[in-house]
Amino acid sequence: MTMPPLVFAFLAALAIIASLGVILQRNPVHCVLSFALALTDIGVLFMGLGAVTVGFLQIVVYVGAIMILFLFVIWLLNIQADALKPRGNLGIKFAGAIGAAALAAELFVTFSSYPRMREIRTMPPDFGSIASVARMLFSDYLVAFEVTSLLLLAAIVGAIALARTTTGAASPALPVTVGGDAPAGAPVDAASSSIASGSPAREHA
Amino acid sequence: MNQFTLSAVHFAWLPILPLIAMALGAMTVMLVGPQVDDDDSAGLGVIALLTLLIAFVLTLFTFSQNHLAFGGALVADDYAAFFDLLIIIATAVIVAMSLDYVSDEGLAGAEYYALILFSALGMMLMAAADDLIIIFLGLETMSLAIYALAGFMRRDPKSNEGAIKYFILGAFSTGFLLYGIALVYGATGTIKLEPIRAALAAGNASNPLLLLGLGLMLIGFGFKVAAVPFHMWTPDAYQGAPTPVTAFMAVGVKIAAFAGFMRVFMVSLGPVSAEWSGVLWVIAAITMTIGNLTALVQDNIKRMLAYSAIANAGYLMLGMAAAPARAAGGAMLYYLLGYAFTNLGAFAVVIALARRSETRDRISDFRGLARTHPGLAAAMALFMLSLAGVPPLAGFVGKFYLFSAALGAGLVWLVVIAALNSAISVYYYTRVIVEMYAREGGEVTIEPLGARPALLISIVVAVAGTILIGLYPQPYMSSAAAAYASAVRRPAIAATAALR
Repeated sequence: MTMPPLVFAFLAALAIIASLGVILQRNPVHCVLSFALALTDIGVLFMGLGAVTVGFLQIVVYVGAIMILFLFVIWLLNIQADALKPRGNLGIKFAGAIGAAALAAELFVTFSSYPRMREIRTMPPDFGSIASVARMLFSDYLVAFEVTSLLLLAAIVGAIALARTTTGAASPALPVTVGGDAPAGAPVDAASSSIASGSPAREHA
Repeated sequence: MNQFTLSAVHFAWLPILPLIAMALGAMTVMLVGPQVDDDDSAGLGVIALLTLLIAFVLTLFTFSQNHLAFGGALVADDYAAFFDLLIIIATAVIVAMSLDYVSDEGLAGAEYYALILFSALGMMLMAAADDLIIIFLGLETMSLAIYALAGFMRRDPKSNEGAIKYFILGAFSTGFLLYGIALVYGATGTIKLEPIRAALAAGNASNPLLLLGLGLMLIGFGFKVAAVPFHMWTPDAYQGAPTPVTAFMAVGVKIAAFAGFMRVFMVSLGPVSAEWSGVLWVIAAITMTIGNLTALVQDNIKRMLAYSAIANAGYLMLGMAAAPARAAGGAMLYYLLGYAFTNLGAFAVVIALARRSETRDRISDFRGLARTHPGLAAAMALFMLSLAGVPPLAGFVGKFYLFSAALGAGLVWLVVIAALNSAISVYYYTRVIVEMYAREGGEVTIEPLGARPALLISIVVAVAGTILIGLYPQPYMSSAAAAYASAVRRPAIAATAALR
């Protein structure tokens, strides 16, 4: 399964434009959205090259999980676009220049050795297919797969235990509002008063 | 195994049954939890204890099995069974000493006991893993639960500080471990422990990829066992955590981390022990020295025990530095056994001393304890003497076996350093005894232990363990040696099979 050159050119150009959007835009939310577009685009490129599983994983993991995490962090920190005006920090620019030069050198070396790269054998046709990955996951790595779910469960329980606002009993550190003390039968009242008092009871809103 | 057939998957259920019991128990606690008030959560602890009892019985069946299960992900040998039993007993004692503590402090009982069980599950996985991925997952399951437990006193800034430090540094060190695993995989082409050993025994020991991966894994494990210079989180996390959780960190995490550390390095990376035993020599020396010297100046009993735990990690790594010697492994297992009971007891006494929402964890708080509560003071004195290495207690016999095994391996100077360190440690352990027995003043009034039977039982169990294991070491020592031998023997069998 090969891509028509025009499709590849379009996707490649889109990836470059989206990547430029990540670093050139002011609003951090726009940057993150550009980043999500770039990663989705690369995922589609992977699929076009026949690596369907990698393409899907790229989209699920990077766009589905990591990008959403980025967005949450940006919302939580409530970064204003004005606060992110480019500062003339010479050190950061210098470090960035070194990083870019190193990457350029690495790419140059890689592409200049391209004739030798052709000797690398191609993978068997079903390598990395969803079926073969699933076969591995549910046979050799079955225990690892199941333990991962327990790991995530433990992480969720731990996070909720640390982050929830009440521990069942009355919690003295919470700002006590009139609505906050109301029973669950009066949610509207609770929402309005907690917003009025500025308490972080966002789940009502 | 290219062609997938059901028979190719080795479905031996036995080694995974204790783990399933633990997971089901944790979920039962979480399901029952919402029906229970936080001030009265002892019932949930009883469910956790029952779970541990079931897992204990199931683990007994895995003795003298010696086979791989689930495509080589888990191994059922005496080594895994020994560590699993030790972890289950330690967890049960910790749950027992938590029963009154958790409800008195108003901690969220359902989450607390569920996380304890999840963490113990991760520890057992580390002991029974025969695959670097399973070791990593076990370590993470254990650690994530412990991070949350360390910060469980949410209103206490010290608890928050300790948990954040532990979490950030822990996540960082896990990255090192994972990177190391990836490089070892790249160097040997496998993540299963036994094929790694076979590949290394066949030679390619000086592969730089392998050496880099080995070093990174050493950092990852060194962090979990609190070896210098990866120990910075230890005192803060130990001091801030709820005291039963501190005991869990000092005993459970250390046992499990050493279980994985020993199996990976002494067995799987055994053929290249020349590459890492020198590094461990240095780490062991600075770990015990810095741990003991810093413990000298601590005024807080939990911080002192934290540095004591660091020093003990140093003694244990002395056994690892003596790796090719078969006796060292058995001695380390025995040492961990004695260490577990002694430390559990010491932390239980610290819990007994505390009162509702008032932590009394300064060493001067022990002043005059011998007059008001002679039994409790005697128990604490016993634990301190055992930690200091006074015969005939468990700590002494453990050190004796460990040091003589290292001497047998020719590590004379390291044993000299260790002996000097033991002498230094006597000072700060006896300081607690002096406070209890010889200092004037100090009015210690605690809630009578009769009202807290579970705590009393856990102290009694720890006292019995500390005395019994020390006084009559033979059966424990021979089972420890047999357990370690079972971890080493299996590769030996496989190696002879490969020769044919």
